[in-house]
Amino acid sequence: MNFYAKYFQANYFKVSCHFCCTVLLCCFTLSSNAEMGNAEANHLLSRAGFAVSFSDLPVWSALSRQQAVEKLLQGSSSNITSPPAWVSDPIIRPSKKDKTDGNRQAQKAFLKLQREHHAELSAWWLNEMLTTNSPLNERMTLFWHNHFVSGQKKVKATKLLYIQNQLLRKQAMGNFGSLLHAVSKDPAMLIYLDSASNRKDSPNENFAREVMELFTLGVGNYTEKDIKEAARAFTGWSVDRDTGEFVFRKKLHDDGQKTILGKTGNFDGDDVLDILLSQPQATEFIVTKMWRELVSTEINAADKATIKKIAVDFRQSRYEIKTALKGILLSDAFYALENRGSIIKSPVDLVIGALKQLDIKLSSAESLVPVLRQLGQNLFDPPNVKGWPGGEVWINTNSLLARKTFLDRLLRTEDIQVSSEGKTQMDMRIGKKAQMKQDPRPMGMRFYAQDWFSQFKTSQQAQSLLLLQVPVVTNTASPNTLPWLRALMLDPAYQLK
Amino acid sequence: MLRRDFLKAATASMSVALVPKPVLAALINSSQYNNLLILVELKGGNDGFNTVIPFANSAYYQLRPKIAIPRDTVLQLSQSIGLNPALKALMPIWQANELGVLQGVGYADASLSHFRSIEIWDTASKSNEYLEDGWLGRAFEKSPPPQAFTADGVVMGSPEIGPMLGATARTIVLASEAQFKRQAKLASHADQAGNKAMQHVLRIENDILQAASKLGGDVVLKTDFPKHAFGSICKNACQLAAQKSPVAAIRLTLSGFDTHQNQVKMHANLLTQLAEGLSALRAGLIETNRWNSTFIMTYAEFGRRAKENQSGGTDHGTANMHFALGGKVRGGLLGEYPNLNSLDGVGNVRHTVDFRSIYASVLQQWWGADSLAVLGGNFKPVELIKT
Repeated sequence: MNFYAKYFQANYFKVSCHFCCTVLLCCFTLSSNAEMGNAEANHLLSRAGFAVSFSDLPVWSALSRQQAVEKLLQGSSSNITSPPAWVSDPIIRPSKKDKTDGNRQAQKAFLKLQREHHAELSAWWLNEMLTTNSPLNERMTLFWHNHFVSGQKKVKATKLLYIQNQLLRKQAMGNFGSLLHAVSKDPAMLIYLDSASNRKDSPNENFAREVMELFTLGVGNYTEKDIKEAARAFTGWSVDRDTGEFVFRKKLHDDGQKTILGKTGNFDGDDVLDILLSQPQATEFIVTKMWRELVSTEINAADKATIKKIAVDFRQSRYEIKTALKGILLSDAFYALENRGSIIKSPVDLVIGALKQLDIKLSSAESLVPVLRQLGQNLFDPPNVKGWPGGEVWINTNSLLARKTFLDRLLRTEDIQVSSEGKTQMDMRIGKKAQMKQDPRPMGMRFYAQDWFSQFKTSQQAQSLLLLQVPVVTNTASPNTLPWLRALMLDPAYQLK
Repeated sequence: MLRRDFLKAATASMSVALVPKPVLAALINSSQYNNLLILVELKGGNDGFNTVIPFANSAYYQLRPKIAIPRDTVLQLSQSIGLNPALKALMPIWQANELGVLQGVGYADASLSHFRSIEIWDTASKSNEYLEDGWLGRAFEKSPPPQAFTADGVVMGSPEIGPMLGATARTIVLASEAQFKRQAKLASHADQAGNKAMQHVLRIENDILQAASKLGGDVVLKTDFPKHAFGSICKNACQLAAQKSPVAAIRLTLSGFDTHQNQVKMHANLLTQLAEGLSALRAGLIETNRWNSTFIMTYAEFGRRAKENQSGGTDHGTANMHFALGGKVRGGLLGEYPNLNSLDGVGNVRHTVDFRSIYASVLQQWWGADSLAVLGGNFKPVELIKT
């Protein structure tokens, strides 16, 4: 069903949204034509990407805000690193119905393999985030993963999470309406939110509830009745166990009349999604969430007005994500001093950012996966359907120590090998795998301190790269030495972006 | 989600005169915090009906033809109520009259969602209200435990701060004391300044330094603790309770209770761990002379469905049965078992006591606190402590 035709006014001009936005924004952003300079560029890339190295910074600081944001929006929507080989293999899963011992063993082996794949897939994504040429697209991929949540613990077949991840990457800066439709039928999502077991004779409300509460409208903008009716519309949506693809089972679909958010008809699932997209709150809900991610978690009255304006543009563009991103990343609030170094870094920000800033290359990102997990961000497996709450929740007495321990170890000039278990202890001894390979630096990371220091003319330049806020602890070490660097990175200000 | 100022909400609905402003020092006499509160979270939603069993009620067996606990294995507490045999380690505590069984604990318009319902329990909110701070976090904010304490609260077995979340509450997430002290060397000394995010980071740095400086060297216990994860955190709790610089509250988490499938064996394992851990904890607290000043209470996001499902398990439910234990705890069956013959449209029972009544009782009877100010409402207390 073409939701454009049904729910948008016919008298919109067929103006390209890009042109429209450029005109509007040029008019009210005074400084958007001037060169950004290092501080603003660093801020932009810390929020829109995963930090920046000193050698890449000049490319961005020579651009105006306008040009820089345009460059970010033009980033590719494809991965540049190769995923694990098994993503091309079919999923071979032992039948659940067979209760024999042999099959139980096969089940256990399957689950164990999926967990191994999970670690490999996470390593792939971390490497992608570290090396991508499209930082904003990758940032948005992670954002959508935290919005349209699916978790490996429930989905089990890791390949399905890879497929979902690629879907998110492809559409991360595309059209939100298309993205919503596509994700709702994504196999991992169908399993995660029990859509596959939602049938006419016993409806499962999980997906209907979450698509309203978490994906489009937010709490309080629908009733329990709406959820019940919507659940009926989504019946029949299922996943083929062998191909892992979406399949519509007509026999299980309730095709009766439903009334949802004031509209009545014998709606199917796609109709419901269109109804949700047509709700006035939907654009504001999405833009607000993006604002919290990119600008600030504290939203004052002026911010509210800006968000409302961007939401209007978002709707006028018929849900083009780039319209919303442009509005946010070129807003005055984004560059305001009170919004610099004011968001607590997520574990991904902290780890990937540190590697990027210190020009540390990885032979394999697998050693980072247990670190991320310990810091509270297990990729492909957020704690629940609401995703990672973020902000202050990232930092408690436990996680802050773990974060600092990681940074501390990163700076030792001898190699860091992270144990493949990495449970509650930051165990930095050589793993068994490493010993077997007889490579003196397996899974190793090396920080070339001398090379790194030699980039900077002044110590202030190095400090400004790393810290987006003034350090709070007096640094008593000699500038441009390892102890000096260590003090900077252990400063509480390093926890912020 | 809007944070409602619960005092304003209380003003609207109460005819009782309120304390006009939260008065910082007066709510809890700080020496009352020498009474320790230990919460045990049964994460996932423990199945109360198979824990505290109405073995004389035929409805129980009709609702659960496959998974009901056989009558002849039930550990009888009365003519009609008994415990799952996996809880046999709790029987000496029952016989000493130090184990209270809180029946029918829940709340109106219950949420069947894990994260929403535990949020309600942790923040002591109404089911349609969204509060940010935990109920203990609020208590600690209004009446801070003594500065000399290692921390206000400690959580173990889960990274979530839950009921202790509060703007000024000092809570430590503790995996191991030794590891904590070692890592705490990385914490920074700095004054509170800067933006909101920075202030949060600095506050946590400070909490770490404070706790590390006070955590009191390993207390050597003669009591044996079970070797499983829950047993370990029970041991840690006991050591914490015994040291010179105490804490006001500890929360232990035992996970795995979301038993949608094939629950009988798994549930028995969990209950065994629970009973063994609590039993050892009691022995350790007796050994270190803290049993009479400790109040232990279980809680969970919800109970489970009265009727079993088609996978040999149970789905999310509402009212639950919980345990209270301690040297001064009033033993016995408290409250009223939920009525299995009166199920709602989803198949869930009605609660018979609001969980906030339990909280109110703990605040009032254990810490001498003004529970109205902490909970934002008057809740009929339950007699939990021996008089």
